[in-house]
Amino acid sequence: MAGSSLMDTLFQRTLEDLIKGLRLHLIGESAFISKAMEDIRKEIKSTDPHTKSTALQKLSYLSSLYFYDMSWAAFHVVELMSSTRFAHKRIAYQAASLSFDENTPVLVLITNQLRKDLISTNELEVSLALECLSRIATVDLARDLTPEIFTLLSSGKVFVRKKAVGVVLRVFEKYPDAVKVCFKRLVENLEGSDQQVVSVAVGVFCELALKNPRSYLPLAPEFYRILVESRNNWILIKVLKIFAKLALLEPRLANKVVEPICDHMKRTDAKSLVFECIRTVVTSLTDYESAVKLAAVRIREMLMDDDPNLKYLALQALSTVAPNHVWVVVENKEIVIKSLSDEDPNIKLESLRLVMMMVSQSNIVEISRVLLNYALKSDPFFCNEILGSILSTCCRNVYEIIVDFDWYVSLLGEMSRIPHCQKGDEIEKQLIDIGMRVEDVRLELVRVARDLLIDPALLGNSFLYRTLSAAAWVSGAYVEFSKNPFELMEALLQPRTYLLPPLIRAVYLQSAFKVLVYSLHSYLLQRGITERDFAEGSDYAQHDASASLNQEEGFNPRVLNQSFDDLSVEHGEEISAGHGQASAFDSLGTNSFSDESIMNMINLIELAVGPLSGSLDVEVQERARNIRSFIELIKQEMVDCLAQKEESLDRNKTEVSKIIKLMHDAFSSELGPVSVTAQERVPIPDGLLLKENLEDLETICPDVQLPLLNSFSFGSPQSEETNGDSLPDLQNKVESEPSKESTSLLAQHRKRHGLYYLPSEKKEISNDYPPANDLKSENDRNNDAENLVKLTEQSLVPKKKPSNAKTRPVVVKLDEGDQVSIAAKAQPKDDLLSGAVREVLLGNDTNDSLSQSKPSDRSSARRKGKEKLNLDSPSESKENLDDVKKHDDEIPSSRKNKHRKHGKERRHKTSGNVLDEGGENSQKGKEKTGHRHGKHKARQRADVPLNVVSQTPVIPDFLL
Amino acid sequence: MGIRFILMVNKQGQTRLAQYYEYLTLEERRALEGEIVRKCLARNEQQCSFVEHRNYKIVYRRYASLFFLVGVDNEENELAILEFIHLLVETMDRHFGNVCELDIMFHLEKAHFMLEEMVMNGCIVETSKSNILAPIQLMDKSS
Repeated sequence: MAGSSLMDTLFQRTLEDLIKGLRLHLIGESAFISKAMEDIRKEIKSTDPHTKSTALQKLSYLSSLYFYDMSWAAFHVVELMSSTRFAHKRIAYQAASLSFDENTPVLVLITNQLRKDLISTNELEVSLALECLSRIATVDLARDLTPEIFTLLSSGKVFVRKKAVGVVLRVFEKYPDAVKVCFKRLVENLEGSDQQVVSVAVGVFCELALKNPRSYLPLAPEFYRILVESRNNWILIKVLKIFAKLALLEPRLANKVVEPICDHMKRTDAKSLVFECIRTVVTSLTDYESAVKLAAVRIREMLMDDDPNLKYLALQALSTVAPNHVWVVVENKEIVIKSLSDEDPNIKLESLRLVMMMVSQSNIVEISRVLLNYALKSDPFFCNEILGSILSTCCRNVYEIIVDFDWYVSLLGEMSRIPHCQKGDEIEKQLIDIGMRVEDVRLELVRVARDLLIDPALLGNSFLYRTLSAAAWVSGAYVEFSKNPFELMEALLQPRTYLLPPLIRAVYLQSAFKVLVYSLHSYLLQRGITERDFAEGSDYAQHDASASLNQEEGFNPRVLNQSFDDLSVEHGEEISAGHGQASAFDSLGTNSFSDESIMNMINLIELAVGPLSGSLDVEVQERARNIRSFIELIKQEMVDCLAQKEESLDRNKTEVSKIIKLMHDAFSSELGPVSVTAQERVPIPDGLLLKENLEDLETICPDVQLPLLNSFSFGSPQSEETNGDSLPDLQNKVESEPSKESTSLLAQHRKRHGLYYLPSEKKEISNDYPPANDLKSENDRNNDAENLVKLTEQSLVPKKKPSNAKTRPVVVKLDEGDQVSIAAKAQPKDDLLSGAVREVLLGNDTNDSLSQSKPSDRSSARRKGKEKLNLDSPSESKENLDDVKKHDDEIPSSRKNKHRKHGKERRHKTSGNVLDEGGENSQKGKEKTGHRHGKHKARQRADVPLNVVSQTPVIPDFLL
Repeated sequence: MGIRFILMVNKQGQTRLAQYYEYLTLEERRALEGEIVRKCLARNEQQCSFVEHRNYKIVYRRYASLFFLVGVDNEENELAILEFIHLLVETMDRHFGNVCELDIMFHLEKAHFMLEEMVMNGCIVETSKSNILAPIQLMDKSS
């Protein structure tokens, strides 16, 4: 055995050999590594520590850079850890930190080894153990080794002490009870004079405070001292991070730190420190105008700088400051817009984000114009980023910021024509959605759709297919707004449509069907008029009137409510004017239906659709057959009718027109978004005795209300109005009367059984713009969240101004249900954005138990720490003394008496008294915050609306 | 946890040093390194040194043939991390004398040691070059 290990040692490849070999075997690398791994597996079993350590070293190398598993070697690592030679021990420790995780079974074996090394006299060994512990400490290790770490926290050697401070973070995280033991010494290290140790301690507190800032408010005086006195930028950055959190919790603290932070901002040349100051100001000190102004100046400097790093960060800072101080962004508007064409995609994205933050109702048109120009010039990726952000911004809260929908719809059309556009899906969604929601825009929508459909070139771009599908659907569904159905039909059946995927082709065919039915229907109506005209020989005035009346019926059968008048009048005039000009107009073919044109259309369809009835795709095949059968059904009659004209008219009316009318009616029923109150419009069937069955449900499950409140109907679009009669006034009746009837019935019912209903506030203003309301009710429900947002002054929700939405003039047909859901979705996200809120609301996974155990134990630990400070360094916070005195008076004397440190107070007659007061203050604060915290949690649970107490807490100034 | 990981990658995309401050499995590391290296190496000198990736911010800097990539969380100060990278390079420069990729390849352990002195638990704990190098010199002497 000894012989073999000697041989191993002699001929073993070192790490250096391995690396050289790797460099030589660039091609057969994996084979080479496999060979090396084989060797390692043999060598690592050696009893000779040198052979073993070299093998482990090689293994670590391969694992760390070539991702080879080394968990199988865990036991060897443990063996080697106990080596007496430092070089071996070092390799073992390094391997352990690299490869061990919580579940490594041998972890339980190393506790004693770690302990031994922690109390070693060799500071390098101690440091090794601490380093390793900071990486792999588990709950058990942290618990078992806390005493040793406690000792090391006051080690005389700075080299050891700073590492012990560093390891505390991991130990606290794993074993919160260690706080009881170690916190006091940790604070001492923060207060110490050695910059190395202070730096580490500040780092640790920074990490702790980021997770749960409230607990560290009492240490504010210490941090303040460091903020004012330290000239080490690394430390200052950390302290600023701490204050960024604390200032949000305690306004008076913000007041206190604003000045030193501004001083740093003015004084320093270090960009990192300036940036940290800016960041602190824009996140946490937004109320201090002077500080924001100063920050704005420095941001501008950064923006002007040639360094892309500074520019990028400045843009980020701008987007942080934007919600509260838009003027800063507006001041730098030019640079921001210019950055859209920057060389760096990250900077472009950042400035795009910023531009979108500036968007409002008034400037959306202008900004979209600029952005679209940029999109045209940009690379495909950024182009789509731009389009994506325009789309998402515009559709937010059901197109909240869009006033001019005609403009927006044509913008959508324009967007889809941009060569790089890949947002077809989203454009499709919005085109259809707008069509259903906004009636006024349908005319323009159909025009846009027609322009898209008619261009054969667009059929070559596969990214456009979804948009085209939407265009086809829109022009089918709202064909009555089409100026020229023949042209539309040609577009829908153009030869190049074979390029489309079958599903979209099916949409095309269905739309063609709708256009056909519509054309036939209108044609018959028109003929009817003409017949009557001929028969009666009436004067033109009457003719016009009746024509326009009939056209109204014919052309706008689906217009249902108030907007009906404008549109139909306009439309009707156009038509009747055309009709007045008689045959000349007919030949132009604009929306008039001559016998010839109808036959042409039917022939065209037969020609184009015929072959499709043999299509492989079932959807296409089925629809093609539908159309063909329909044509077969009517064609003969139509031909007869055309041939015989007047004589056959009656027969036509009875048969063909019946069929056509039937089909037309089938297509006329409106598709629309489903309202959340739709349920209420459904009349209660006779004989349904709801109340008797459900009356006592309330007592059985009284807590059902909450889930009910939040459940909305997301039914797929279905016919909202049940009756699809082509006569608009009749339809209006159908729509309004039964609903009124049923609502009164329902209102009574609701009074008695409100529990079982969806929220009803929106019912009365169903045509008003409801998001404002919805938002409010949302807010009411989420009062704590809102409250906290206010508290932290970090409302990152700039665009949600309910009042804004209410004044919007455009009549939008809305689905309230959708809106609520949007608002509901947006709410938690925004909450997430305000970091402080999240911290408080969710607590944090690691510190949960920590914060539970903290309040009592730690405050006592801290109290002692405080006292010590007061004894040791009475002069340290002298600059605060003046302020201290002022506040001293405010503190009720009874509190002083409660304090236990009378003796000490006497000892420091001049300054000590005051300083002790400071210590006491922080304790009070500690207790207060702990108390408040508890209250806050309780509030969440109980869902009490708004706790005023928590907004105006009586907290002593921690800095005094 | 400010710093999540530190990588040194040459311009061919080979990792020369990898130090993680949170536990990731080998597969996660491989995927992460691949993605990040692809993202960062594609950028040019005129572009900024920050890249967002998953929930990390990557702060990177190129020195000759070697990229230094540091993954940090969102709270971290990017400019400070750039300074940190520079400090790391200066420290290695002082130790190796005109440090190059080969130095790091063949003395990976020492590079790790410097990092251990500088960063603990993802926090920067030491920023003085002589303090960082002191224990390494001590070790060199003793061995």
